[in-house]
Amino acid sequence: MNLTLRIWRQAGPDTPGSMTTYQVGGISPDMSFLEMLDTLNEELILRGDAPVAFDHDCREGICGACGMVINGRAHGPERTTTCQLHMRHFEDGDTIDVEPWRAAAFPVVKDLVVDRSAFDRIIGAGGYITAPTGSAPDAHATPVPKEAADTAFEHAECIGCGACVAACPNGSAMLFTSAKVVHLNVLPQGGPERASRVMNMVEAMDAEGFGGCTNTGECATACPKGIPLPSIAAMNREYLRSSLRGGR
Amino acid sequence: MTTVPTVDAMTTASRTARHPSTLATLWRSTVGKKAVMAVSGLAMLLYLVAHMLGNLKVFFGPDDINGYAAWLRTIGQPFLGHEWFLWIARVGLLAAVVLHGVAAFQLSRRDLAARPSKYAHQRRRASYATRTMRWGGVILALFIVWHILDLTTLTVNPAAEHGRPYQNIVASFGNWYSCVIYIVAMLAVGLHVRHGFWSAAQTLGANNARRDRLLKLTANGLALLLTAGFLSVPVAVMTGVVK
Repeated sequence: MNLTLRIWRQAGPDTPGSMTTYQVGGISPDMSFLEMLDTLNEELILRGDAPVAFDHDCREGICGACGMVINGRAHGPERTTTCQLHMRHFEDGDTIDVEPWRAAAFPVVKDLVVDRSAFDRIIGAGGYITAPTGSAPDAHATPVPKEAADTAFEHAECIGCGACVAACPNGSAMLFTSAKVVHLNVLPQGGPERASRVMNMVEAMDAEGFGGCTNTGECATACPKGIPLPSIAAMNREYLRSSLRGGR
Repeated sequence: MTTVPTVDAMTTASRTARHPSTLATLWRSTVGKKAVMAVSGLAMLLYLVAHMLGNLKVFFGPDDINGYAAWLRTIGQPFLGHEWFLWIARVGLLAAVVLHGVAAFQLSRRDLAARPSKYAHQRRRASYATRTMRWGGVILALFIVWHILDLTTLTVNPAAEHGRPYQNIVASFGNWYSCVIYIVAMLAVGLHVRHGFWSAAQTLGANNARRDRLLKLTANGLALLLTAGFLSVPVAVMTGVVK
């Protein structure tokens, strides 16, 4: 496959960037999107140009490191992570636009790399359970209802890739935050910190400069892990419940 | 042990020392401000349903709707004085409009600031109703001013007969521009309610995976019913059914 790529190039956080056009050939339809970028980068290095910077780690769709907006869609046309997107979903001769996540809370570091540490700070505000650590407890020490376990697992699938923020016209982190809040708040282990968790995490989310939710549903459409839109409703319910009861 | 400081922060974060009031906390957070929008929006929606049903009395003749208008002024008597209920409702509605508008303005500014740079590759996002909430809301706010001048204060009404809404309605919709303004506004109401009702349920945490479809259907039904009900009056005047 021969492709024309229009890629956002930006040398650093404070330098202006622009879309730059590249031609890349010899692409196999079985390559992942990242392998295609690797091919381009090898050519760029041989030419003495700076390679395109992008985040990646596990390359098996579970770490959430890779992420770029491909033809206006977070992670591209398939509902998966960029590393699991294969070139067979494109046609020979296609022009593909590749851009970084766009959000005020995710400043561009270089090219396609953005700083997602705002997510870490939201997690730090309550996305965990304060519990004595040590040896693993017995599996049935705390009974968990099946429905709660399923809901928790569905939300625990969030890998924090940031596609929800990138897809949202308001740069909102509601789906990410709701995945983290709901995951722990439905479990008995998360119960004691149920109120403080949602209040502190929403406060941290607002403080990072993410936008609000206008229920466009773009986030849930883009999510590679299928976190559902009603999760946001569940977090809203937790938030209102906590604040009406005096909070935290 | 890098986790120790965060655990400490959590365990000591009882916030008993300084505790902002519930309302202040709600208004300061995006989630809480959306809840204010949802509640005020639902209050206005409830009013619109009553208003639309009342309007249909125009089809039963001048005496029916004029009598209905007179009765509205007597609600709550003798406990309340003449027109007191109407004024209480008006104050409540004004509060709802102001809260809804201020919250929408503040949230919109925040949302726009949170996405400062656009994607080079643009594609259509979300439904028409969802995309037009902001400007649709502005249109509705302007329409409310026009509507009050036309049929409440009668300032711009061609007939301007106090206590005779039937005559005022027929006179107002005798003007083509009055009809155009009204029809555009009612289409905007339909679109606004279509996204707004479901969105309010989502914001207040009433939505879940099982209820999602039902809520969307209800929103569409409400939007259709309101728009059709409101539009029936100018259409009836234009076609001569009501004269």
